[in-house]
Amino acid sequence: METQRNRPSPSKFWSWFFPVGRQTGGWAYVLNRVTALGLTFYLYLHLIILSKLAQGPSAYDDFLAFIHNPVYTFGELLVVAAAFLHGFNGIRIVLTTFGVSVTRQKQLFYGLMFIAIIIILIFGIRMFTA
Amino acid sequence: MSETKWNIILKIYRQKENEAPHYSEYKMEVDPDEYVLDAVERVWAFMDRSLCFRHACHHSTCGACGMRVNGVEKLTCITYIRDVTQDGATLKVEPLRNFPVISDLAVDMGSLYCRMDSVGARPVLPVTEAEIENPSNKWNPEDAKYIRLSDCIECGLCISACPSAATSSGYLGPAVLAGAQANGLKHDPALLELVDSEDGVWRCHSAFECTAVCPSFVDPARRIMNLRTQIVSERLSRLFRRKS
Repeated sequence: METQRNRPSPSKFWSWFFPVGRQTGGWAYVLNRVTALGLTFYLYLHLIILSKLAQGPSAYDDFLAFIHNPVYTFGELLVVAAAFLHGFNGIRIVLTTFGVSVTRQKQLFYGLMFIAIIIILIFGIRMFTA
Repeated sequence: MSETKWNIILKIYRQKENEAPHYSEYKMEVDPDEYVLDAVERVWAFMDRSLCFRHACHHSTCGACGMRVNGVEKLTCITYIRDVTQDGATLKVEPLRNFPVISDLAVDMGSLYCRMDSVGARPVLPVTEAEIENPSNKWNPEDAKYIRLSDCIECGLCISACPSAATSSGYLGPAVLAGAQANGLKHDPALLELVDSEDGVWRCHSAFECTAVCPSFVDPARRIMNLRTQIVSERLSRLFRRKS
């Protein structure tokens, strides 16, 4: 007797985000998926926003005036954060794939995330003080 | 062993034929310097003879007693109770993920063994093929007559911990790819097609969970990355050989 419950299955994609027992590399894996999903969602949102242009310049200008507030600015900062976290995490994957720093992938991850967070902070300060 | 005694609750995953999975709890007094497998065995010996689990050697050589302890893959025969719980706490023991459950904590490892065979993974190697941490140490040629057991004990912890293995039943998995890497692509050209595929090395998404849980220092993630380099190198050399 074998149960189906414990077999691998595409429907188990939710387990990618299951936090219990994760090591550093596992958290990097989770972060890459969360940021990828966020950026994909933003891409479609961006296309919807651009479709305002089809309604004429005034409709687009009105929309830009509507989103000019701290809540939307924070949303834009999340997009920036997702882009840099995903991009720098991608550098970790490329480097380790080519055999660079494989045995020190944790330190590589922390170092790259530190750089990404510094850049995100700079963006945040500039976006909220502009 | 210490004089100290802890009272813990052992919460064990149970599933028999045609039964919904559930957890059984067993209150017990343990020595924190005992191993998790000792506690599981005591449940079977004194509390519930219907409990099913795999074990054999008790010294991390057979790879049979791999389970999830508080959500993390462990070889229970070398996992101290002290390291995974505390006095008065609950210790949760579950079967490995990504393998079909046969009964309770026992899973069917057949797919792993068949795949290890498919890549020609060798259980015994010449000692001269052992990796040496210090590159300045060299084997003597006469050492080639000696053999040693392979580092991989085929416990399946790496496959259970791998998030990519959870969603793809065809994925060869870390232990198998590590076995292929140890063989080397140059020795077996057919291996190239097997590992350079959708379900081969490219299914790995660098979570490095396999290396984190491996109890035997195989370091499957490093071997998968090395296998990728071997594949690119082999593909390029074949391309140039064809043109020349």
